[in-house]
Amino acid sequence: MATVQDFSNDVRPTWCPGCGDFGIWNALKRAFAASGYGPDEIMMVTGIGCGSKMNDYTRISGLHTLHGRTLAVATGFKLANSAMKVICVHGDGDGYGEGGNHFLHTVRRNIGLVDLVENNHVYGLTRGQYSPTSQPGFKTRTSPAGALDAPLNPVALAIAEGATFVARGFALDLGQLSSLIGQALEHRGYALIDVMQPCVSFNRAMDYDWYRSRVYKVEDEGHDPSDRLAAMARAFEYPGTSGRIPTGILYRREDVPAYEEQVAAIKEQALAAQPFHARPTEDYQALVKEFI
Amino acid sequence: MVMIDLTFRIGGEAGQGVESGGAGFAKALTRGGYHVVGTPDYYERIRGGHNFFTIRASDEPVYAIDDEVDVLIAMDSESLVRHADKLSAKGAVVVDEATKIPEGALDGYSGTVARLPLLQIAIDNGAAVMVNTAALAAAAQLVGLDLQHVVGVITENFGRKGGAVAEANRQVAQQAARLAAERYGQVIRPGLADRPSEAQAVLDCNRAFAMGAIMAGCKFAAGYPMTPWTSVLEYLAGHADAYGLVVKHAEDEIGAVNMAVGAAHAGVRAMTGSSGGGFDLMVEGLSLAAAIEVPLVVYLAQRPGPATGLSTRTAQADLLMAIYSSHGEWPRIVLAPHTPEEHFQAALRAFNLAERYQSLVIVLSDEYSSTTVMSRPASLFAFEQVTIDRGKLLTRAEVETLGQPYLRFQMTADGVSPRLPPGNGPQSVYLASSNLHTEKGHITEDPQVAVQAADKRRLKGEGMQREMRAPYRYGPAEAELTLITWGSSYGAAREAMEQINAQGGSANLVQFVDLWPLPVDAVREALSATKRLVCIETNATGQFAHLLRAETGLRAESLLRYDGRPLTAGYILAHLEA
Repeated sequence: MATVQDFSNDVRPTWCPGCGDFGIWNALKRAFAASGYGPDEIMMVTGIGCGSKMNDYTRISGLHTLHGRTLAVATGFKLANSAMKVICVHGDGDGYGEGGNHFLHTVRRNIGLVDLVENNHVYGLTRGQYSPTSQPGFKTRTSPAGALDAPLNPVALAIAEGATFVARGFALDLGQLSSLIGQALEHRGYALIDVMQPCVSFNRAMDYDWYRSRVYKVEDEGHDPSDRLAAMARAFEYPGTSGRIPTGILYRREDVPAYEEQVAAIKEQALAAQPFHARPTEDYQALVKEFI
Repeated sequence: MVMIDLTFRIGGEAGQGVESGGAGFAKALTRGGYHVVGTPDYYERIRGGHNFFTIRASDEPVYAIDDEVDVLIAMDSESLVRHADKLSAKGAVVVDEATKIPEGALDGYSGTVARLPLLQIAIDNGAAVMVNTAALAAAAQLVGLDLQHVVGVITENFGRKGGAVAEANRQVAQQAARLAAERYGQVIRPGLADRPSEAQAVLDCNRAFAMGAIMAGCKFAAGYPMTPWTSVLEYLAGHADAYGLVVKHAEDEIGAVNMAVGAAHAGVRAMTGSSGGGFDLMVEGLSLAAAIEVPLVVYLAQRPGPATGLSTRTAQADLLMAIYSSHGEWPRIVLAPHTPEEHFQAALRAFNLAERYQSLVIVLSDEYSSTTVMSRPASLFAFEQVTIDRGKLLTRAEVETLGQPYLRFQMTADGVSPRLPPGNGPQSVYLASSNLHTEKGHITEDPQVAVQAADKRRLKGEGMQREMRAPYRYGPAEAELTLITWGSSYGAAREAMEQINAQGGSANLVQFVDLWPLPVDAVREALSATKRLVCIETNATGQFAHLLRAETGLRAESLLRYDGRPLTAGYILAHLEA
């Protein structure tokens, strides 16, 4: 059984001191160790952004891809090696902005991926521009008069799109976050974890105290995660004017088959594990006969 | 030289079954002993408009259509207006009795106008939709093609819909042929000799490539529909369950290429494809494949641009894009096959080359190749020809005998690193990063590593170049005129060359398939004894002539066609300056 140490390497993160990524990093390693899967059994696919360097700082099978393309690369990998657990770790710009179309379609596909989005409401690596989840009026270098766009609500969007596991975590609550990651890894199909994360360098208004005074756990209020309408009501609390940010599992169902369970070629065995020519020679010889 | 050379054209509105009827008739002619080439001409619409399908049938292999039409099967009066001026003097027109012949359309035409109650026969024996069966059966009668070939193809095509539909079509065919025989007999006597008995396949280049991909062990394909590449995706999807492939119709081309990269990283043979606009969207994803060194095959079926351009027409205008697109400097292979069997071979080679160099291989085709069916000996597509070379792919057992920590991106003399896909034990735990990375895979900005990584890519490119084959030569070893072609311009050019030589001229043809990296020494050698070089392309700027000059210093004249229509020998001869 792998331990947190087995998921650790000697690469030092380049994140700013106090970055929310540290909390997410620790929660991930804790969840991996608790999951029972080894570093060669979990593929961590990341995009581009500060938090997407997560797999450079973690001893794990890793794919560090292009900005916004995390889910697409992960989908291809999962379909080719469905025996591995696949977790995507990327920011709000990557997941909801550049990768917005992939997000829409990955959700409704219900493919077996954990999609952890480090949502700090700002672009960090490019040094401070507003993101798809930024609050209106947020002043940055690309929005000197304040952002005009309404923020995207990833949690409501995912529920509306038919997501089967929708959760929100907080980078400072390691216990809750590692538990969410662990449950998501065991989920049948696509699992979104939107993680509230402070950016100490470029989004100082939304600092630790700002989040702490707003987050609450939905289970503390008797929320039923199988109730889709109740989940949607919680989802609409943030972004919004409620002053509250619901965390925990907002919506979950386990009775929907994952995409990969329904693809004939990989029902029995992952593609990567199958023989090079999976069918008898006669089958390949027969192909040309269709044209005679 | 060909003795028999018959061109059929079936014209009608979109939705009248012109393309499916044409493809079926091409197959019937093949079974009757002809070599055929058949190509559709259609507009970007589902219903209405004017579509036509042209089939050239000969006693010798043919690769291009002809400008002159011997038998016109007019499913509407528009067909008579459009194609009457292309009719040869001794041919025939098959048209329904009820179809109005536009005033003057057939004035001066000396061939047979076979007016038959085609629609009535279809209605009486089956249904109105079977009118094209009636028309094709009548045409078969007029040229002496055994009706059993037409009926055989129809029966197979409709077999899925049940015996009743097939039987009704058979009745329609027999009635129409009988009436045509009574009224007109056999109009054209091609005098077809006994044909060799070798089985012929009738297929377009897209399906030839896709079939090759399956035989080459392709396990994953992702794509988004776009004319004219779509039939590759459809073929693969149609065979996915039976052959154990995962085929994903993605949300867009960006999704498709990145899915293919992800699948390739897992160690399975993976591909995607598109036409120009979709390929544009994929380009960043291709650079990811280069950075993390995964084998990837991309099928690019060209059509005229820019933007949506002429969506159902043909062009060879994306050559330089295929070679140079993307930021950064990284090697790739571009192959431009010219026949169904070359497309098939290109698929077999592409997957091997992609794995040997852990790199991108683009197979460059075009709308003409994508939609034109040709009859070719079935043995050219035999599974026995398939050889698999997975390059430096390692198994888990092999990596464990290395006796040292495995480095996924190890520097080697040829730039290619041993590859162990993820999910293969502790040694397979590494990062593959789009950032500059160390041999182990970690992100770095070290200037020395930057140089090493660039050199690694350059070494791969040099290896690829050594692997590229010299162009094909057709015709005499030495000639006054050398025609240079790549991809689909071959067919019409080869025929033009043969006509020049038959008329006492002196011409040969050099056909390029391996376009990039251009094997410069082999190309110089192939063109060393030439006098006048004319490069024939379907683009407006002479892209290959430009490439040839840039890479070898050789200058060629350009003979270009860029109206979206396919080349013919007639076009080439008319535009070849004396």
